[in-house]
Amino acid sequence: MTELPLIGEAVAVAAHPQLAGAKIGVVTFPGTLDDRDAARAVRLAGATPVALWHADTTLGDVDAVIIPGGFSYGDYLRAGAISRFAPLMAKVIDAANSEAKLPVLGICNGFQILTESHLLPGSMIKNDHLKFLCRDQVLRVENNTTDWTGDYAVGQEITVPLKNQDGQYIADEKTLDALEAEGRVVFRYVGWNPNGSRRDIAGISNAAGNVVGLMPHPEHAVEAGFGPQAGSGTEGLGFFTSVLNKIVGDNK
Amino acid sequence: MTETPAVARPAETAKKFNIDTVEHAAKTPDTELPWAELGLKQNEFDEVVRVLGRRPTGAELAMYSVMWSEHCSYKSSKNHLRQFGEKVTEEMKKDMLVGIGENAGVTNLGDGWAVTFKIESHNSPSFVEPYQGAATGIGGIVRDIISMGARPVAVMDPLRFGEIDHPDTARVMHGAVAGIGGYGNSLGLPNIGGEMVFDSVYQGNPLVNALAVGVMRHEDIRLANASGKGNKVVLFGARTGGDGIGGASVLASESFDSTKPSKRPAVQVGDPFAEKVLIECCLELFKGSLVEGIQDLGAAGISCATSELASNGDGGMQVELTSVLLRDPTLTPGEILMSESQERMMAVVTPENIAAFEAVMDKWAVEYSWLGEVTDTGRLIITWDGEVIVDVDPRTVAHDGPVYDRPYARPEWQDAVQADAFTGSVQDAGRPAAPAELAAAVTELVASPNMCSKSWITDQYDRYVGGNTAMAFPDDAGVVRVDEETGLGVALATDANGRYTYLDPYHGAQLALAEAYRNVATAGAVPMAVSDCLNFGSPEDPDVMWQLAEAIRGLSDACMELGIPVTGGNVSLYNQTGSTPIHPSPVVAVLGKLDDVARRTPSGWREDGQAIYLLGTTAAELDGSEWSKLRGHLGGLPPTVDLAAERELGEILINASRDGMVDSAHDLSEGGLAAALVESALRYGVGARISLQDVLDRDGVDLFTALFSESQARAIVAVPRSEEIRFKDMCTARGFAHVRIGVVDAESGVLEINGVETLSLDALREAHEGTLPKYFG
Repeated sequence: MTELPLIGEAVAVAAHPQLAGAKIGVVTFPGTLDDRDAARAVRLAGATPVALWHADTTLGDVDAVIIPGGFSYGDYLRAGAISRFAPLMAKVIDAANSEAKLPVLGICNGFQILTESHLLPGSMIKNDHLKFLCRDQVLRVENNTTDWTGDYAVGQEITVPLKNQDGQYIADEKTLDALEAEGRVVFRYVGWNPNGSRRDIAGISNAAGNVVGLMPHPEHAVEAGFGPQAGSGTEGLGFFTSVLNKIVGDNK
Repeated sequence: MTETPAVARPAETAKKFNIDTVEHAAKTPDTELPWAELGLKQNEFDEVVRVLGRRPTGAELAMYSVMWSEHCSYKSSKNHLRQFGEKVTEEMKKDMLVGIGENAGVTNLGDGWAVTFKIESHNSPSFVEPYQGAATGIGGIVRDIISMGARPVAVMDPLRFGEIDHPDTARVMHGAVAGIGGYGNSLGLPNIGGEMVFDSVYQGNPLVNALAVGVMRHEDIRLANASGKGNKVVLFGARTGGDGIGGASVLASESFDSTKPSKRPAVQVGDPFAEKVLIECCLELFKGSLVEGIQDLGAAGISCATSELASNGDGGMQVELTSVLLRDPTLTPGEILMSESQERMMAVVTPENIAAFEAVMDKWAVEYSWLGEVTDTGRLIITWDGEVIVDVDPRTVAHDGPVYDRPYARPEWQDAVQADAFTGSVQDAGRPAAPAELAAAVTELVASPNMCSKSWITDQYDRYVGGNTAMAFPDDAGVVRVDEETGLGVALATDANGRYTYLDPYHGAQLALAEAYRNVATAGAVPMAVSDCLNFGSPEDPDVMWQLAEAIRGLSDACMELGIPVTGGNVSLYNQTGSTPIHPSPVVAVLGKLDDVARRTPSGWREDGQAIYLLGTTAAELDGSEWSKLRGHLGGLPPTVDLAAERELGEILINASRDGMVDSAHDLSEGGLAAALVESALRYGVGARISLQDVLDRDGVDLFTALFSESQARAIVAVPRSEEIRFKDMCTARGFAHVRIGVVDAESGVLEINGVETLSLDALREAHEGTLPKYFG
């Protein structure tokens, strides 16, 4: 375990005494970029972020895990393809599939790592327009029964940043049909599809709803003035409060 | 995790070279050396021989030739650059923690925080190979920032390319933008602004400048020096390869091996992943206080790092060159010394910290090799398999290079250019006056290559990573939070105007500073420090040398008057195609401080009914303007510089931000009021009703001039009704010209200017945002 080198400490007040005790792990791989942002989001939601190192062989006592965005191992082979073999990922995969169903959120590169780990189906390829794209993206919440979306309403539209090069979600038709049928499409892009993803899919979950992956970045929309210009700027915070409510609910 | 051999090269490989030792050099004074091919002049070579008291070895020649190059030694500009250090008051020095001369200057931000920033050029590599040139430009400047002990927190990139419709511009544009994005995005550094200028003068010589800013606690400041006898010297990061060796082929005389690879890229190849790991790894070293001195490897590679570390320290250094880990085992000693392979750092570590240092390297899987140690001999000694191939006083390599007083004179053509005013010129015929003509002119202006929306570029950069970006392009300045508890942060802007500077280098450089200063103040930040990247043609051309001398004189005078010191920068010369130089292009970056970034002032209108004020006065100043460029004219005199007015305007904008008197502010610069009004409207899609009658009456100008003149020290602000009286009183008390020119109209969807046919925001947006996609897809 390692300390995240923050610049200054984010200020946050625990929303609920029970929540402050919740520990959410944030995994850092070589080349991870948004780990400090994810830790800040956890803190702003009222929980305690725990830094996890890719080479760690234990998850400790975390109540949930976030695999943040970035270019782990430079994305040199294929996004997420090398990180998937990190010692810690074996623990994450086991915990996610265990009876306890550890909540796991993969954001951007984290989503790519989750598909490479087969915790989620499908894969990401280069954006159809072939360029890196950074923009404020409107998403529609399609499923609020996952561990990470309980605080949203179905049909709710939220604005969070999108920034990636390899964001085009693809899967075979059978898989896509199954995802749709089982309600596992969690987020869809609203309006222009920014990367050519199949069926405008921005994020999906596993069957149990404890593992969610998406390309856009909710952790960049948790503090007004430091995120999207449109909307409140804090519309990504719901991911982190959702999982806290889930954790507290389980512990009741 | 890494298994690092202590010696990278098997002894028999090393023997393949016919090593030119110091001993051999002393015995063979008449050996012909390829000093001319390596770029040294006869007098410079003679000086090397005089300094050494013998002919240099091949390796020494390699070191001197790269370290005494214009790029590394500033030999043509040094005598002029001194002014940046001389024209400084005690007041200006008060917040300067580290000044010019280190990898980057450091400025005190208060509360124990310090900030370091620097701008550099990577022009020629970016023309040869735009992607890698631009990418490694970012990589190099970021390593300068790390070397100071800081965590890099943002980058910016001022770009200048040839005409937008020239076929080669697309090549450079696609490559450079993808390179900046590909490298910068992978480092996790938000790109918060920059510039994009198209002009035919940059066709064969684009300017790709890169700025990085970093922050640290005072106690974390690190300097590049090797002190303490017995301390170990270590090279870490990427392996050393054959890339970036400008004169590699001429070093063939050093080698008898004809089978070695002959084609090597002169442009370095970047590996952003390696750099990102290097950043985190260095920060961990700093945190554990595991290094005594540190230096990044940039231009001139190991030659630069060893000679600078040694000469800034208090002793000497001894290094075994065969210990360098190589990508290409056929490299000769001279090539290893000159290689500009990226993502490398050199550090000095005490023997007690070796184990801890190695643990950090292993954690991040960074390769390293121990090259030697600090000595007390005052000499830099480099051996090859134990044989001495370099034995020099490091100061003679790093600091005591040649310095030239290049001849310069005001060009003969300067008077004719200055006499050729735009007003009344052939190109000025049919100046727009009717409402429909003026509306068409505004639309044409905001769609023009230089004034159009740059979002096609900035959308390819990550502006969010880090979660501290409070403002970014297209606002006037980029703003980054430094302290999450207090909101303390910095604002940065870069500006240059090659056209103004061509017309008058002294004032053109001052105008660049004035604009960057204004941009930072417009954001609500207090300007504190300056970094400059001086892009000019050949210093051997007296016309160009005059431009450079005048620009430096102008810039240093203006810094003194505005009370903000230059803390570092870079000079890029020989930017020309054949005998045609680029426009003199001093790019000036200003850094400002915000006590709380939540108080920053954005550029776009939002709230219906707010009053719009124009601050400053407008004169008929169209020479060198964007309008005159659209009409194909360049002549006359640039806008008048009034630094006292800039300072006053700056204080008004800063106070207004601090006291919550304005909700938006946008500076007036290229494109004048017309561009500022359209940009403020399009930012959030909110229109306004404008009448300029009071401006016309007060300043005695016509409507066209009011819209398109580029008079300086002006800004527009949107003032909430409740603050109007207080704001006006402040301007009046300061005796600064201010006039209410209209009101924000959130519902209309139009920009209505009296005397100009109504402009729909949709049409303006289409014109403004359509240009770059039209040319670049």
